[in-house]
Amino acid sequence: MCPSRIRTEQEIHGRRGRPITDQDAHEINRVEELSYDLKIHEVMTKDLHTARPEMSLSDMLEMLRINRISGAPVMEDDKLVGVISIEDIVRAMQRNDLTETVGQYMTRELVTVASYDSIFKAMQTFAESHVGRLPVVNEENKLVGMITKGDITRGVLVALQRDYKEEEVRRYRASHLFEDIISDRTTLVLRYNIKANDFTHGGNASSHIKRALLRLGADPQIARRCGIAVYEAETNLIIHTTHGGILKLEVEPHRITMSTTDDGPGIPDVNQVLQPGYTTATERVREMGFGAGMGLVNIKRCVDSMDLESTVGKGTKLIMRIHVPTDNFNGRKDG
Amino acid sequence: MKLNDIIKLADGTTLTTDANLNINIHGGYGADLMSDVLAASQPNAVLLTGLTNPQVVRTAQMADFRAIIFVRGKQPQTETLQIANLENIPLITSPLGMFELCGRLHKAGLPSFESNVSQ
Repeated sequence: MCPSRIRTEQEIHGRRGRPITDQDAHEINRVEELSYDLKIHEVMTKDLHTARPEMSLSDMLEMLRINRISGAPVMEDDKLVGVISIEDIVRAMQRNDLTETVGQYMTRELVTVASYDSIFKAMQTFAESHVGRLPVVNEENKLVGMITKGDITRGVLVALQRDYKEEEVRRYRASHLFEDIISDRTTLVLRYNIKANDFTHGGNASSHIKRALLRLGADPQIARRCGIAVYEAETNLIIHTTHGGILKLEVEPHRITMSTTDDGPGIPDVNQVLQPGYTTATERVREMGFGAGMGLVNIKRCVDSMDLESTVGKGTKLIMRIHVPTDNFNGRKDG
Repeated sequence: MKLNDIIKLADGTTLTTDANLNINIHGGYGADLMSDVLAASQPNAVLLTGLTNPQVVRTAQMADFRAIIFVRGKQPQTETLQIANLENIPLITSPLGMFELCGRLHKAGLPSFESNVSQ
């Protein structure tokens, strides 16, 4: 994890009670997000070993040892009356007091958390109360579990692993697409509407396309070539078209076809725009690092074949093709 | 070379929140022209640039860069940082100029990942 930016408790607590701004939202990482999303009942220990106040401390110690736990809630009939922990027993041992009862040494000032609260709430309560374990109660104030800091750590790790697995599963499912669906000719088509002058979202479609190809099991080098070509093409739609256009990806087991279509203004001389360095881009576009007259040249270098057709007043169609080695989309991971 | 070591050489400050800085960087590439970056870079490099718009991150993502360092102390736009966090590409800002930073990294053993492009 990132050591350069560890938030203080103050900073995190400071968020409470006021709406989260966009700036805050950017700064929330996945673990923090999970600390709000994960509920206490999802991570707590439900399988409880409970003690009674009249139990002797030596019996209590034996119970902790057998069950390999370091503390337990103390119940009188159905009511939670305290928490006994190994620290309490150590205190009794120092006074040679192990014949005393649990009721004598347990913590009676009960701090509890609600099962439906987030684990963030539990973390706060741990920080405020300086105890190692908290009894968890339900809406009727009945004991339903215990939570320790260890439970929280484990819960977060399991959730993070779940995130990771989800991407693996997605990738696995997608990479089997062409095996699982049988036809004489299977084509997966993805379409994206690109708006003219929308520089803020420029590259989003290309980013989705590249990720889709990787999930489908494309070789990373092929995905990179497609990504670069389609990004240049997407940028062209944003910079040069009157009303934007459509970006299309067609994936077949042996071939990837990417194309852009727009309705104008059209290119007067197609050969001219293929010359390296030829550009009609504005100063604003150049300031953004584009418009150097290299777009189509770059595309040509990345793909196996490129076709550019244009009619002034009607529009432009650009088709880019990349051949895929036969063993690429057959379910193998990473090509 | 580890990204962490590169950040030290660059006197850099990390701007993204969650990024793993303990990753291997195989080479470096410096440019302000995104078309050049797309045309002539090799994968797994660090990108040094004076541009700070969201397109820089998209370009880095398409061309498989591992991290981006802004030169001359530039700070990225909010959208740039947002996309970088989303796509897990570390953003670093360095007070050094482009020439100085390229020089330092190259001298420390980071190879140039600029490929020869024949027209």
